[in-house]
Amino acid sequence: MVDLASLRPVEGRASAAPSDRHARAIAEHRRSRGLGVVFWLSASWLTLVIVVAAFAPLLGLVAPDESDWMALKAPIGSENHILGTDPLGRDVLSRVIYGARVSLTVGFTAPAIGVGIGLVLGLAAGYYRGWVDEIIGIAIDSWLAIPGLVILLLFSVLYGGSLFMVCLSLGLLFIPSAARITRAATLTCTGREYVIAARALGASDLRIITREVFPNIIWPLLAFVMIDIPIAIVVEGSLSFLGLSVQAPTPSWGGMISEGREYLEASPHLSLVPTAVMFLTVLSFNLAGDAMRKRVSGGRSGAI
Amino acid sequence: MRYLLGRVQRLLIVLLVVTFSTFLLVSVLPGDVAYQIGGMDASEAEIAEIREELGLNQPVVLRYLEWLTRLAQGDWGRSLLTGESVWSMIIERVPISLELMLLAQVMALAIAVPAGILSAWRPNGWADRFITSLGFACVSMPGFMTAILLIYFFSLHLGWLPATGYEPLSAGLWANLKPMILPALSLALVEWTVLMRTLRAEMITTLQENYISLARAKGMSTTRVLLAHALRPSSFSLVTILGLQVARLLGGAIILEQIYGIPGIGRLLIHAVYTRDLIVIQGCVTFFALTYVIVNFLVDLAYAWLDPRVREARAHG
Repeated sequence: MVDLASLRPVEGRASAAPSDRHARAIAEHRRSRGLGVVFWLSASWLTLVIVVAAFAPLLGLVAPDESDWMALKAPIGSENHILGTDPLGRDVLSRVIYGARVSLTVGFTAPAIGVGIGLVLGLAAGYYRGWVDEIIGIAIDSWLAIPGLVILLLFSVLYGGSLFMVCLSLGLLFIPSAARITRAATLTCTGREYVIAARALGASDLRIITREVFPNIIWPLLAFVMIDIPIAIVVEGSLSFLGLSVQAPTPSWGGMISEGREYLEASPHLSLVPTAVMFLTVLSFNLAGDAMRKRVSGGRSGAI
Repeated sequence: MRYLLGRVQRLLIVLLVVTFSTFLLVSVLPGDVAYQIGGMDASEAEIAEIREELGLNQPVVLRYLEWLTRLAQGDWGRSLLTGESVWSMIIERVPISLELMLLAQVMALAIAVPAGILSAWRPNGWADRFITSLGFACVSMPGFMTAILLIYFFSLHLGWLPATGYEPLSAGLWANLKPMILPALSLALVEWTVLMRTLRAEMITTLQENYISLARAKGMSTTRVLLAHALRPSSFSLVTILGLQVARLLGGAIILEQIYGIPGIGRLLIHAVYTRDLIVIQGCVTFFALTYVIVNFLVDLAYAWLDPRVREARAHG
């Protein structure tokens, strides 16, 4: 009888020597124990960005909207302006740091809003089923039928581009996915014995939802928030690139990239510096989130 | 059959909800359409007249039904700015956006399918790690950033491709394709990751099936096992994702059309947003929703056709 399992390509070569296999198992174990170098690198970058953005006014920087008329479009490494200046003589470093405040605020607030509302909807749909489920399902499908950016464009026409509105409207985009995940988790959960037991003991729906179901579904949902943060930053970047997020003179990464587009040939750093910073930040959020998810779920990754 | 009917019903309801909500949003706007048409210095009497003429005094549900009937007859309204028919504005630009999205999707698939297969062949091997890392980098790079970098290298540094512009097909196939390559690539470089991950995950599962082990036990070459046996049964999710991605692609195309100056439907929408041309905005949103619904229905069809088990399971489920 051929041992089918040993032929599986995913398990590695069946002929691997025992010692080799042993060494690999140890390496695997070591790798799975810690969060890895990549995680710590990402976490360090994120800490740097967050701390610098939070304490921006205390860093003794030039104000982001202050023009230095003696140095217009200064290149990287100029005196007084490490990362150069833009065509209005504004310091790029200072603008990137102040721009981080917008990106991070949106990055943390929008997913929180979306997941908060999605959680309630998903719980209701998964717990009550029936027509509640049906109506919420239709609402979510309809929400998904319009590209997210279009919804945001619509909101920016209707309500203008204040930081609050950007956070709120972006938050609404995260409702469908959060609601779906919550609903699925709730469905599995409500069939479990402890829920049935609680119901048999005469617990009210509200009590069952808050005390039995909620603690069991909150963790997968929180892992999900980690994916939403970089997405929120990217979408805010797209919006401000189009000039529909926070309005000038407040600096934002997308806005800086867009403004630098005209000078791409002579002063590429105007676009490339905020591009690099934004890329590193989004990448770090993705990598850190993935490492944490891997750790929680035991080795599976890449679930974006 | 019952499964498909159920889907059609659901999609129609979705369409109604979407159009009604956009209609509601646009019509509750402060300073409604009448003020826009009448202009800044129109008197109250003139405004009232325009309102009467447009039927703006009727309840919103009635107006929606009327709008819907006209929509069904092909009357999508007229632009507040140019007076041009919204339908012809949209239809004129659709082929351009469609070309961009198709080109992007083909490029994305061309990258994603080989990458996904290679990655699933030895999960956690060097190829898989390289591809997964590359995917992370690409996903962290929104379309407009990729676009800036591509323009910087290919247009400004190397001078191979134009940075912006559009040529109609009548100017020749290459002339038409040339300015489309960078925008499509910008879109594809973001989208391929999702496709690759989907294929990779499903392929890893497929490769653990017994018939794969049997094929290998027969001495079949790895390439043949991967391409002939594992690829087709692993591509169901890929097909679904292709459908779901239409909304994402539309969203991505909007911003890229703006950057590369392609006169597609995304540019129309953004222009309408900048100029607050509500009727055009409404038309575009309706069109997007319609596209999404139709594409998803086609995906459902394809799905049922690819895998007969789905028809049975879903009809009873």
